[in-house]
Amino acid sequence: MEPFIRHTGIVAPFDRTNVDTDLIIPKQFLKSVQRSGFGVNLFDQLRYLDEGQPGMDVATRRLNPDFVLNQPRYQNATILLTRANFGCGSSREHAPWALLDFGFKVILAPSFADIFFNNCFKNGILPITLPDQEIDRLFTEVAGNEGFTMEVDLEGEQLTTSMGKTLTFSVEPYRKHCLLQGLDDIGLTLQRAEHIRAYEERRRRECPWLFQDLNSA
Amino acid sequence: MAGKTLYDKLWHSHVVEERADGTALIYIDRHLIHEVTSPQAFEGIRLTGRKIWRPAAGIATPDHNVPTQPKERAAGSDGIQDPLSKLQVETLDRNCQDYGITEFNMSDRRQGIVHIIGPEQGITQPGMTIVCGDSHTSTHGAFAALAQGIGTSEVEHVLTTQCLIQKKARNMLVNVDGELPRGVTAKDIILYIIGQIGTSGGTGCTIEFGGSTVRKLSMEGRMTICNMAIEAGARSGLVAVDDTTIDYLRDRPYVPQGQLWSQAEQYWRTMYSDNDAAFDKVVSIQAASIAPQVTWGTSPEMVAAVDGQIPCMDMMANEQQRESLRLALDYMGLAEGQPIGEIHLDRVFIGSCTNGRIEDLRRAAAVVKGKKIASTLKQALVVPGSGLVREQAEREGLNTIFTDAGFEWREPGCSMCLAMNADKLGEKEHCASTSNRNFEGRQGYGGRTHLVSPEMAAAAAITGHFVDIRDWS
Repeated sequence: MEPFIRHTGIVAPFDRTNVDTDLIIPKQFLKSVQRSGFGVNLFDQLRYLDEGQPGMDVATRRLNPDFVLNQPRYQNATILLTRANFGCGSSREHAPWALLDFGFKVILAPSFADIFFNNCFKNGILPITLPDQEIDRLFTEVAGNEGFTMEVDLEGEQLTTSMGKTLTFSVEPYRKHCLLQGLDDIGLTLQRAEHIRAYEERRRRECPWLFQDLNSA
Repeated sequence: MAGKTLYDKLWHSHVVEERADGTALIYIDRHLIHEVTSPQAFEGIRLTGRKIWRPAAGIATPDHNVPTQPKERAAGSDGIQDPLSKLQVETLDRNCQDYGITEFNMSDRRQGIVHIIGPEQGITQPGMTIVCGDSHTSTHGAFAALAQGIGTSEVEHVLTTQCLIQKKARNMLVNVDGELPRGVTAKDIILYIIGQIGTSGGTGCTIEFGGSTVRKLSMEGRMTICNMAIEAGARSGLVAVDDTTIDYLRDRPYVPQGQLWSQAEQYWRTMYSDNDAAFDKVVSIQAASIAPQVTWGTSPEMVAAVDGQIPCMDMMANEQQRESLRLALDYMGLAEGQPIGEIHLDRVFIGSCTNGRIEDLRRAAAVVKGKKIASTLKQALVVPGSGLVREQAEREGLNTIFTDAGFEWREPGCSMCLAMNADKLGEKEHCASTSNRNFEGRQGYGGRTHLVSPEMAAAAAITGHFVDIRDWS
């Protein structure tokens, strides 16, 4: 995973609450056995006027001119501004894969669904929770200022808008550490292998049935 | 000192180590695996050359992609017509073979939806931690197991370390008390709860479902409720252990035997919240106030009583809510204030990890028996949750009741719940569905889902529109 330290980019507003992961990446694209290539189908049902299928050449598809990410001013957006409970529903990690593949590095919302929130950090995307009033204000500012950008400083837990306004946010220390270093947390956990084995030994004495071999029934 | 909640007990008994930053390393007892969210995890393991920590803790089955047409199923995975689905199912077969993980493959009579087969086989047991790369893993919480959905990176993490790194969630209690009105089911309870607390009402929490109504529910009913805890935002739902739990588990293939059973049962019976345990959030619901529920919108919280109406714009508290209502009505092709009974249906789907168990099929069959589906319907599908549910239903003659009425009787899988296989809605088609999500496009591009109980879906299939099951005879 690439480290996330500081990021500056165009902000795209997606004004919708309860955006579910089915909407972020529809099920037909989940048949892939790879981690990449989902970006062209991000928000597929909203972005295109026809039904998307895996393997389709997206250049031949009709774009929905009303969808925010199709508007020229947001073409190169890397920061998504959205509403409450973003990423609810299915646990599909294809959702953050699609967002990242499209180019999004930061998502700003009043709240996120738990599994999606967690999945973002595993992929180097920074989801930032801000109070409702701040999100409201950002929606107004983004709409009123073409080329609105933001600088996100993870170390300092601070974001600065191109209007010169500064906001603070907070990230849990462990998640922040992993993002800043671009750490693979499996490697970190494996450094604790002795502790895991010690837990297993103790647990096996107390509750031996938990260690029944599922290969043997 | 205050007592512990069930969640506290489950959490503390699985902490491998706590860290200074507030997270903990949590041990995972069981790992359920399916074909859609695991290939990238196995690929990661191949690339890094890591080992699977404990292959014997895992169990796999293909469910999301599998066809349900008996003809297409006859040849096992070889018969899958969609090449991408076939590749995904075969990738799971190969990964399980390569890494020594037990799989109920497509030709195995025990194959089915992963959340149906775990409990059915006795793989799901109280006091365990259970994960799966699937948000409906919350289902297994009905057995007082800490069960949660995870992403693919975490699937890889669990495969290679048998652990997860987590922060403890908050404790939430939803009590449902009193006698349920006739015809009102576990599905109506959970839809009603989601309507009350919203789809983010349980975010950051583990929800324990308690109260006299929940205690009286069968394990099937409790699973339906915990299954949709995620639709209320909670990664895990829980119900405490009682005799109903123990009786369900007895004689299942994977439960401990003899002396080990006695030892396990003693432990399982400690899986409840202490009387003086403190919860961060408590919600109380009277069962008598719950009517059969029907979702009318594109989020499970957009739900109404069958004898109610779709809400109106002027009932919305702010512009965001008005915008959500506008979007939902536009997508659903419905109008504000429209009575639920006026919604006409094109298809009916009975199945899924929410309502694809034998009890669900029995209850739907009881409604359908001796009747015919409405001539206006394009299709009515019954998809059993597992091969064993299908066999049991056939022994009881339920399949004949369904097919005599005009339903199609299919092979087990996730099917039209998420429409990754050929079972899907056409554009603008309305479907009465016993599944769990009414999101845009969930059951097919442009499809319009209405979530209901199996009884309500069955009755709607007969009449072609929603009817109040409380008046059914």
